[in-house]
Amino acid sequence: MTAWENMLLAAVLLTGFAAVGSSRLATGIRALGAQGVLVGVLPLVHSVAGWNPRMVGFGAVVATTKGVLFPWLLSRAIRASQTRRETEPVVGYGASLALAAVLLPAAFWLADRAPLAVSQAGALMAPTAFTLMGMGLFLMVARRTAVSQVLGYLMLENGIHTFGLTVFTHLPLLVELGVLMDAFVAVFAMGIAIDHINREFDHMDTTRLTSLKG
Amino acid sequence: MPSLGTGLNVLIGLAAAPLLPGIIARVKAMVAGRRGPPPLQGYYDLIRLLHKDHLRSRTATWVFGGAPAVGLAAVVCGLLLMPVGRQPAFFSFEGDWMVLLGCLALARWCAILAALDTGSGFAAMGASRDACFSALAEPALFILLAGLARQTGELSLSGMVAGLAPSAGLTDAPGLALLAAALGLALLAENARIPVDDPNTHLELTMIHEALVLEQAGPDLALMLYGAALKLWLFGLLLMNLLVAFADSFAVWCGMILMAAGIGVVESAMARLRLLKVPPLLVGAAALAALGFALIWRTTP
Repeated sequence: MTAWENMLLAAVLLTGFAAVGSSRLATGIRALGAQGVLVGVLPLVHSVAGWNPRMVGFGAVVATTKGVLFPWLLSRAIRASQTRRETEPVVGYGASLALAAVLLPAAFWLADRAPLAVSQAGALMAPTAFTLMGMGLFLMVARRTAVSQVLGYLMLENGIHTFGLTVFTHLPLLVELGVLMDAFVAVFAMGIAIDHINREFDHMDTTRLTSLKG
Repeated sequence: MPSLGTGLNVLIGLAAAPLLPGIIARVKAMVAGRRGPPPLQGYYDLIRLLHKDHLRSRTATWVFGGAPAVGLAAVVCGLLLMPVGRQPAFFSFEGDWMVLLGCLALARWCAILAALDTGSGFAAMGASRDACFSALAEPALFILLAGLARQTGELSLSGMVAGLAPSAGLTDAPGLALLAAALGLALLAENARIPVDDPNTHLELTMIHEALVLEQAGPDLALMLYGAALKLWLFGLLLMNLLVAFADSFAVWCGMILMAAGIGVVESAMARLRLLKVPPLLVGAAALAALGFALIWRTTP
């Protein structure tokens, strides 16, 4: 089981790299969609006890929400705003990739030292979770367009979800659904916010919002 | 240890290397619907160039004359260190993978010095680009070879390749696949193939490797071309060692021909990247290698 789990986690990290290293917003959205599906399937591979209908059902809900619903919402936002790419990121794409690559050993270091609860998670689970959280935070800080920041938020959420799996084999359904609901509402609200910013200013560059006066 | 079989592998490499660019050109022509040059065209070119006179710029010094020979010798030294599938290398010692990368760096350094020595603006521009891109590709190579060393617990190339097949299981597959992907990208970059550099272009603004060898002619150019073919052979061997470490040398030769055909297909299907897009690609290759290294570091007990 660990072998498949590792493969899945490597694929998750690759989608993270793709999102960090591409200037095209559509590529980032697709990468995050794929990542959502992979993270949704993760509990099924991770489980030692075998599958039960509840897990399969929940995996399907997570995969469709993150793999279909969110990408659809975000694609609509970029289509409405005619923004295809992030033109002037705060940190360039080569440097971003290099930073993401540096983040990985840092996450390994952190995972070794963090007092994690005893679990059956493979050696890669916690470091992947930390890397995703770091890359998500980085995207939110280092990109200007609102869509990229939402992508960073989603990656952060994926990281938290993955981290949850290291602690529990499966979370209580209510907690999981609550988190997913929060993420959904957040993306929905951000989509509306992007739409409003875009309608008001004809772009979705968030840095210029700082000069707004009340 | 030097033995008859390993020496034969080196000789086959020396003899067959110019075949690879010929196969690539042939496959590209076939995909484009042309007949293309014969696969042996590389040899014809070398013979033709060797019959020509030396033609050197008046501003060039002995560096220009010596660089192609030293560069070629460095690549041949690299070839001596490279195992072929199950068969070990001609020479093998602990840490020889660093010497291999050093040999490649020395060959490139010679080419760059020769380009600068002529005082030609275009050659210097090519030298600058080549230095920049190879400096970005080198970390990927170092990290991926370090990953192989970690995977097998061996410090010589022959030991790594010999230990790869027995030590690798399903758990290590993602890490090794990432290393292979990084090596594929580094191979295309180091050998001036599309999408990094277009070997057919002679447009000054876009060419990289072709600008580097712009000033060489006749036998000098023949040495440079032969060195480039050997370098492609060397990288092909490294890729084959990673993909089919368990194979005997005949299977490796077949794999090399398939690889050349694969490069031809990639070159037909893709366009050259804009120069500004190349560094992110190479940093991406290094990131892939780092990811693979990290996975192997964790999964190897």
